[in-house]
Amino acid sequence: MRHTVTALVENSPGVLTRVAGLFSRRGFNIDSLAVGVTEDPRISRMTIVVEGSEATLEQLTKQLNKLINVIKVTDLKDSESVARELALVKIAVEPAQRAQITQLVDIFRGKIIDMGRQSVIVELTGDETKVDAFLNLARDFGIKEVVRTGRIAMARGMKSMEYQKEEKQNGQNIL
Amino acid sequence: MLGVLKIDPEGGVGVMNGAELIVKFLEQEKVEIVFGHPGGAILPLYDALRQSRIRHVLARHEQAAAHAADGYARATGKVGVCMATSGPGATNLVTGIANAYMDSIPMVIFTGQVPTDMIGTDSFQEVDITGATLPFTKHNYLVKDVNLLPRVIKEAFHIARTGRPGPVLVDLPADICLQAVGKVEYPSRVDLPGYKPTYRGHPLQVARAATAIQEAKRPVLCAGGGVISSGASEELLTLAERAAIPVTITMMGIGAFPATHPLFLGMLGLHGLPPANHAVMGADLLLAVGVRFGNRVTGKVDIFAHQAKVVHIDIDPVEIGKNVPVDIPIVGDAKLVLRDLLERVHPVEKVQRQGWFDQIERWKTSYQGSMGAGVEKKASNEKGKRLKGRWVVERLNQILGKEGIILTDVGQHQMWAAQLALRERARSFISSGGLGTMGFGLPAAIGAKLGCPDEEVVLITGDGGFQMNMQELSVAAKLGLNLKIFILNNHSLGMVRQLQEFYYNKEYYSIELSDLPDMVKLIEAFGGTGFRVDDPAEVDDAIKRALASEALTLVDFLVDPNENVYPMVPRGKGIDEMIGG
Repeated sequence: MRHTVTALVENSPGVLTRVAGLFSRRGFNIDSLAVGVTEDPRISRMTIVVEGSEATLEQLTKQLNKLINVIKVTDLKDSESVARELALVKIAVEPAQRAQITQLVDIFRGKIIDMGRQSVIVELTGDETKVDAFLNLARDFGIKEVVRTGRIAMARGMKSMEYQKEEKQNGQNIL
Repeated sequence: MLGVLKIDPEGGVGVMNGAELIVKFLEQEKVEIVFGHPGGAILPLYDALRQSRIRHVLARHEQAAAHAADGYARATGKVGVCMATSGPGATNLVTGIANAYMDSIPMVIFTGQVPTDMIGTDSFQEVDITGATLPFTKHNYLVKDVNLLPRVIKEAFHIARTGRPGPVLVDLPADICLQAVGKVEYPSRVDLPGYKPTYRGHPLQVARAATAIQEAKRPVLCAGGGVISSGASEELLTLAERAAIPVTITMMGIGAFPATHPLFLGMLGLHGLPPANHAVMGADLLLAVGVRFGNRVTGKVDIFAHQAKVVHIDIDPVEIGKNVPVDIPIVGDAKLVLRDLLERVHPVEKVQRQGWFDQIERWKTSYQGSMGAGVEKKASNEKGKRLKGRWVVERLNQILGKEGIILTDVGQHQMWAAQLALRERARSFISSGGLGTMGFGLPAAIGAKLGCPDEEVVLITGDGGFQMNMQELSVAAKLGLNLKIFILNNHSLGMVRQLQEFYYNKEYYSIELSDLPDMVKLIEAFGGTGFRVDDPAEVDDAIKRALASEALTLVDFLVDPNENVYPMVPRGKGIDEMIGG
């Protein structure tokens, strides 16, 4: 089963290595990992898509939480969250085919962001299946290059990933 | 650049450099002793240390510095500190760091690093040590800004000693250590939003555990290293006595529960004692406290404690459910959770569980008959025959009793020492658990002795492991440490030999150490005293003589190379399917 895990992490050097290293070390299979800074410049947010059982997911969440630089980890259920990825697709297009490709891009609500004599670059957002479907059709023209960001996701409604700084003092309960 | 002691653009007077600041903070952390070996990149720190009241112990190999800091931490409960230079100094520490990580030992490790502007250029003695130690440090830092030092040092000690303890490495580029800093105060608190260990157990789960204890017919307590690091021995004893629960321990838990107590079952696991292994497999309730259910404990994991409801108390949520499915998970500090549990557990009389205790008594009796007391009799009757290693360890334990601190290396002698230990208190048995590091014993014994100078420190070792760090005898001799070293010398790698006997068709290969040096001459060369024993009749006397000695003393027991450690759970079997149990 595929799971979407999102983590707030300190925006400091080495954090990505720690997270990536953890996955390989503990034998978790990641499909994608996307990372970028949040509204708070000290904090980055990662979205990780991982394949595995519920038990795997539990271990992964706990192991991530154990990293000192990881502040909060949430498992986003598909039904309670929205997810997107961005793809840039360079497609070989003869001038005679431009109308066709424009139509295809329109249907997928994509955008042509660069047009050359014999190629276009299409920007497409959506979930992975939408991107896959587009790539499948674009193959008829000839795909030159594809780059995908991997999934980013967010919970629906008022729930948010902000962390409460005042939650608990460090070492509060130390003997 | 290394020739410059302080790089101070302002030319200020009385300004400290980074290294001096670190040493000042170490003093504020009440660090009394550091173990290390100097080299180019760490020299700024050594220069600052020279002017401090902190004692530096010069190891003869960086690995030994790490093990000594580890042994010091295990014996005292304080944070062990060690240091080494960049490159090979740092990589030599690696085994010691991994060893401490596997056994959750609080340590802070400082490594020198090439100056920041040279990082990444493959300069002389450069190695990415934060990268290398990432998988087996609790956390690590590469300090690239001198102003971060106060925070980093504070966090390093805080992270090392709180929650589930572990080693934290701080990599210090030489230029950072030399940079001038103004007057900086040591922070009084840390700000780590991603690190907030849970100390109190969830009340609901604690209540469920209390009910489970009350309802159980065949309960067993299993205590591990977490009981020792949390200082929860007293609570464990109270719970066991109040609720009439027999207690088994993992090797890391030795000393957490008094070995002479009637409720004590002994160590469990692949070389565990039959009463412990049978009890766990027959239990209807397993209360695991501060254990991680490693594979040397569980044997075939899917049938481990298969009849039992499992209550797992651990401060590290990762451990709960990692290897063994858990019915009642309690994340928290062992001491606090056991205290909360004690408030809810009503006294249970032993008679209420009479059937269970009768069964346990039968297991104990049958074990005593087969191996326990019988071995002693048998071996002592075999005059003129080869000494048995297990019997020597048994005699040593009988003579030493609960006194002193026992350390071991890794191998057959270690298993015998663990099986037969008569330890009564936490931190009186020190051994490399998770990593199984040969060469751990001697340097760790040095660390333990320096941490507890008034204790009799006894090292039980083998000829294989001893040779891996025997250069540290220099340190023991120089510091006048009267360690008592007992070598079970079988002129071979006994545990490896045993594995080859059982799993490789008795095709013995690369296990013979017939070219060993003369151990008595060796200890004398280092300035200690030693004697050799091969007659069973001389064993008791030799042990007593060594224990009475005021000097660094080594006893070389020439033991049977063909002896095996029993009981032994064969590969892929449940822990109640023991050979020789």
